[in-house]
Order: sequence, then structure tokens, then C-alpha cells
Amino acid sequence: MTIFDKLVQLKINDITVTVEKGKTILEAAEKIGVHIPTLCHLNLQDFGVVNKSANCRVCVVEDEDTGRLVPSCAQEVHDGMRIQTDSLKAVMGRRTNLELILSNHPQDCLTCIKNLDCELQSLAYELNIKEIHYQGEKMSHPKDETSFGIIKDTNKCIMCRRCITMCNDIQTVGVLSALKRGFDSVVATAFHLDLNQTSCTYCGQCVSVCPTGALAETNDSPKVWRALNNPNKHVIVQVAPAVRAAIGEEFGYEPGTILTGKVVSGLRRLGFEQVFDTNFGADLTIIEEATELVDRIQNNKTLPMLTSCCPAWVQFIEHQFPELLDVPSSCKSPHEMVGVLAKTYYAQVKNIDPKDIVMVSIMPCTAKKAEAARGELNKDGLSDVDHVITTRELARMFLEASIDFRKLPEDDFDDLLGESTGAAAIFGTTGGVIEAATRTAYEMITGEELKEVNFKQLRGLEGIRQAKVKIKDLELNIGIAHGLGNARKLLEDIRDGKSNFHAIEIMACPGGCIGGGGQPYHHGHTDILLKRQKALYDLDASMPKRKSHQNEMLIKLYKDFLGEPGGHRAHELLHTTYSAKERI
Amino acid sequence: MIKKILDTSTLDKDLLKQLDAYIMSLEGDKQEHLIHVLHKAQKLFGYLPQNLQLYVARALNLSGARVNGVVTFYSFFNEKPVGKYTISVCMGTACFVKGADKVLSRVLELTGMNKNEISKDGLFTVKDVRCIGACGLAPVMTINDKVYGKVKPKDVDDIIRHYRSIENESK
Repeated sequence: MTIFDKLVQLKINDITVTVEKGKTILEAAEKIGVHIPTLCHLNLQDFGVVNKSANCRVCVVEDEDTGRLVPSCAQEVHDGMRIQTDSLKAVMGRRTNLELILSNHPQDCLTCIKNLDCELQSLAYELNIKEIHYQGEKMSHPKDETSFGIIKDTNKCIMCRRCITMCNDIQTVGVLSALKRGFDSVVATAFHLDLNQTSCTYCGQCVSVCPTGALAETNDSPKVWRALNNPNKHVIVQVAPAVRAAIGEEFGYEPGTILTGKVVSGLRRLGFEQVFDTNFGADLTIIEEATELVDRIQNNKTLPMLTSCCPAWVQFIEHQFPELLDVPSSCKSPHEMVGVLAKTYYAQVKNIDPKDIVMVSIMPCTAKKAEAARGELNKDGLSDVDHVITTRELARMFLEASIDFRKLPEDDFDDLLGESTGAAAIFGTTGGVIEAATRTAYEMITGEELKEVNFKQLRGLEGIRQAKVKIKDLELNIGIAHGLGNARKLLEDIRDGKSNFHAIEIMACPGGCIGGGGQPYHHGHTDILLKRQKALYDLDASMPKRKSHQNEMLIKLYKDFLGEPGGHRAHELLHTTYSAKERI
Repeated sequence: MIKKILDTSTLDKDLLKQLDAYIMSLEGDKQEHLIHVLHKAQKLFGYLPQNLQLYVARALNLSGARVNGVVTFYSFFNEKPVGKYTISVCMGTACFVKGADKVLSRVLELTGMNKNEISKDGLFTVKDVRCIGACGLAPVMTINDKVYGKVKPKDVDDIIRHYRSIENESK
């Protein structure tokens, strides 16, 4: 077979184009810069995800030889094909199809959470829909607001099935599926259970691909406004590593612009008394996690040790692998550590009653909302973290407060829980947590200074990566997985006794927290995630200190308050437990 | 102690044993046989309650939502208990144009209930189903495994009477 047998030549709008066999009309059109509107189609090629359900029929084009309309996102090309994307028939066809979708869609765009960020809305604009000629029977499903992370409003669902692809094929969580058929068909949980009764991890990847407002984060900003308006409350905020690399996109910045200083000053303007950095918690996590890892290796305890920063991943193992709950590190996640320290250490230093403190976390993540509500992290009537706001919600709060984000000055974090190193900066990307841990574990084990801090073999975007790191005579086997489907493979190996890793980092979202379910929508442009990732590595490289144990406020914290890493008080405050949950 | 949303331990142990044996006997990728397994389960239990669907999901290592999706897609599967005789009226295109809707309303009238319910005497459940592939006999109605072709609304009276009389005799 020669190369020519694998190629197909066709004409699109009378332009000749040659593509490989098996490509779709849409892909061929993209090659010559011909735009075809799409809706249900989703191609996250960097993560090997394609949703090609051909359900919405918005991408129809005219096949000149048959005179028929075909869905360009799914129809494969063949030799000699002649396609018109802008014939009257094609234009009218896709208009009609979109109008039919709109005919039973709620018309509450003004107050919809996706207003101005909705793919259906943009398409109605793009296709110049000014009137809907059909009146469809409206759906009347109850809104599912039972979970702490995600709201599901089925009436806004257009059955594109992107969420099903993410939940089943990528995350292998399998909470969402198409039920029933015909007009009655609906994307739902098994037996229409409430989301909080299922094995949902609240990773929010369904939210991040939903083209409409059918799946969205719970809106917690009203609770934060209430706290800020309560004169008896001392309201503190913290910001996760991945937020600073993405929030700019909501205000027209190039993806991958680091805007830490503006976020900090913006938060002060919103009225927060203290602005702490989750990166401080990340450095702290590294000290505790590296201590635990070294202990597990040197004393022949359970290996591998799995990182526990990602709450969606924790939820996943609790539901799917309840027999493996001794493998994750017992460390709380960084924002929970900062939360508990704000209500103990900071409260003590400032002489404030912890009951008067309200801790708010700005996170790239919907699962952090559910994490903050976990029983294990709410003891004696005190929550480590009271409210979690996603990157998107914070951007909306800035808008609401009429803060001109682009004009904000640069500010620094408050220093008690505000200093951080480069190691913490990379917590927001896949591979970052384990690289940060390796830097510290190396010096803990050898007692020598680590000269080359860049562990390039741990970086990248492969779904599953493995690397060996030489620490004196110990060769550390490290595994990395992002996306829960990839995590599942590593966990099955552990369960079957086939795993020889010492440590494994797992992040639930493709790309890690930079691609979290609470981040600004990428609308299928995965290059945005690459830019956010690069920004975090650049930030790390620009920092004077790049190892967590060099963080001076951290050293002071252990000296003044916590005692030894992994010691009694550290264990009491910074570690947690997991419990088996049912799989549905 | 894991909190149970749906309890599979209340299912009949002997029937589950038979279902397990059937699943064990399947060759190749067991997930591919989901529909067969559901048929078998429905035959054994009479219908497919939620906890049974979940049991099947776990036995085949599928998600509950996937199994529930298949069960609710096919009108043959029942999520609720059914009467001794399931009357299925085909509403496929051919049957519909030949007056299946009139047949259906007559059946409902005579049995005195709504679709998918059990009649008071416990004898009947009536369903409207998608094309059963016997378009040449349209309109078609089946009662359990027996097929009735070219059914007219007035024929329904005799058919129902026939099943009622079988029951009376057996008493």
C-alpha cells in the first residue's frame, strides 16, 4: 500500500483538498480554513477525546452528488466527494435544526449561569436566528441541586452527550448515561438518583464540556457576600495555584498570563480581611507528604503512596476501590491545611475566636466544594474551609462588584500563610505535585543539596507517565496519571499486586487542576491548557526558592506551632481519613 | 459500614444463584451480553427492580447508569412488577397506520387501567411497544409469547375473555 492509497481527494466549496482516509468532512474543511458551525461535536485531541455523536445536526453540509445533507462531524470523506458548506440548502438545513433544538429550550438566557458563555447562545447568534418558528413541548424535569459541587438542570440539556463521553470514556466514573428513548430520552443518573446518592466524584469535567447551562457549578457566591457583609465575621480567603494562570481569560488576557498580584488586590477590594495563598498549603503538604513517603519507604510500610491533594480522585477511590484506602497519603489537601491553620495558628496569633473566622477558598475545582463539606474535615462544629468559589465564580464576583480587573494594582499575599516556593506553583499541573515532593524527599533522604531541581522526566501531558529518579542508592519509581480512567489502570495494577511504584501522583482532571471543572471554559481549545501549564512551570523557574522546605514562614510555623513534620500536632491538624462508599 | 442507597441483599438468593450461573456460562466479553443477561434476569424475577439492575451492573462490571439506560431504552424490559399476562400492542409505523391506537384503547378499556399498570385481578399489564418486526400482520398484539395478527378492536373482547376464562377454570 502506498501513501496515495491512504489519501483521499475531495472538493469543499469547489476547493480541492487532500486528506487521509478516515478523516471527516469537518476535519477536511478545517484544513483549508472553511468554517462549519458545530454544537455537539467536541474534539479534545490532546487528551484523545472525541465526541462524535452526530446528534445535533447543526454541522450539516450538502453532498452535491446525492443532494443530501450529511453531518460533517461524523461523515468520513471519500474520493471525488463534492461538498458545499454554504449552499442555500446547507444554510437553511442547519438553521432549521438549530431552531428545532431551541424550540423546547428554556428561554431564560438573561439569568442563566451560562449567559454569554453558552455555545448554544453563540450559535443562535452566529446563525442569525431572530425568530423560532417551532413551538416544542418544554421539558419539566426537577433541577438536581442535591450535591455540593454540581447543579444539573436537565431542561437545558440538548442531548449532545459530551458529558456522557467525559464521565464514561475519560473518567470511567459512569454516573451519567442516556436513559429512555425518543422524545423521552434524557441524560441522567442511574434510576434518576440524586447526584449526591451516586458515585459522582464532582470532578466537573461534565460541566467543563457542557455547551449549555444543563450542568454547572453550584453558585456559592451569595454565601460569600453574606459573610463579607457580616460585621461579626472575620473573612479570610486563599487562592489555589491553578487559578492565577487562568482567571485572566475571563477578562480578555492571553491564556497562560499569571495574574497573582491583581487577584490579591481584587480580593482585598471585595472585603476579605486576610488574603492567604493555597501555595503555602502546597509547600506544607509537600513537607508532610514527603515525610510520610520517606517513612513508608524506610520502614517497609504500604507502597505505593498516592498523592491525596485531589478531592475528586479521593472520592473516586472511595467509591471504586474501597479495598485500597490505605494507599493514598493521609495528608489533607493544601487548601484544607491552610483552612485549619487559619482557624488555629492564625486565630491564636491574632487572638480571634475561630468560630468568628470564615474561610473561603478560590479553587479551579468543583470537587473542592464537596470536599469542604466532608464530615472528616468538619470537626466540633468547625469547618476547615467554609465556602469554595471556583475561578469562574470569582470572576463573576469581580464583575458584580464593578471591579475593573485589568486596572487592578499588584499586591502581595498576607505573610503569615502567604509565602510560597516554586515547588508549590507547579501543584496546579499534572506531574507538579510529585516533582515538588521529589525535590524535598531527595534532600530529606540524602541530607545533601539537590542541584538540578527540574525533573523533566515527570513533565508532559501523556495520560500515564512513569519515571525513575535516582536518590543515592535508592531508585525511586514514580507514576503519574491524570484523568480518572488513567488512574483506574494504575489502581487495578495495585489491586492485582502488579505495581512496583513507590509513589504515584493522581489528578482527576485532564491536565491536572489547570483543566479543572471550575476553570474558565476552554470550549474545546486544549491549547489553552498547554499555555496554562507552561505558565506554571515558568512561574516556578522564576522563583528564588524552588523547594518547599526552604519556605521560611513554613519553618517558623513548625517551630512556633506544629512541632515536628509528621508529629502529633501535625497529624491531628493536617491529616485525614477516608471511608469506603457505595458504587452505583 | 458502607451506606446503602439500593440494597441488593433483599433479592431472592436462589434466583440470584441461577442468574450467576447463567452469567458464568457466557463466553467471551461478558459486558457484550448485557441484553441477554437482562432478559434472563427478567425471566427469573418477572421484572427488573432497581436493585436487580444494580446487581447486574456489578456482575458485569458496568455502571448502574449504563444498565438503567439499556433497560429504559427497550420497552420489553419492565422496571415495575407486571401482571400474569403482558399484553403488548405494537405501535410501530405499519401497525399504527392500521389502527393500533384503537386496539390499544380497547385493551385498556377492557382491562380497566392505564398503560404499564397491573389490572386489579393481577392478570394483565398493557404496554405499547415499538415495532416487533411482524409488519405483515399489522396491527399486531402479543400476549406473553403468543402473537395475534390483523387484530381489530372488536377482536380484543374475545381475546381478553379467553384469558379470563382460562383463569376461572384453573380456579
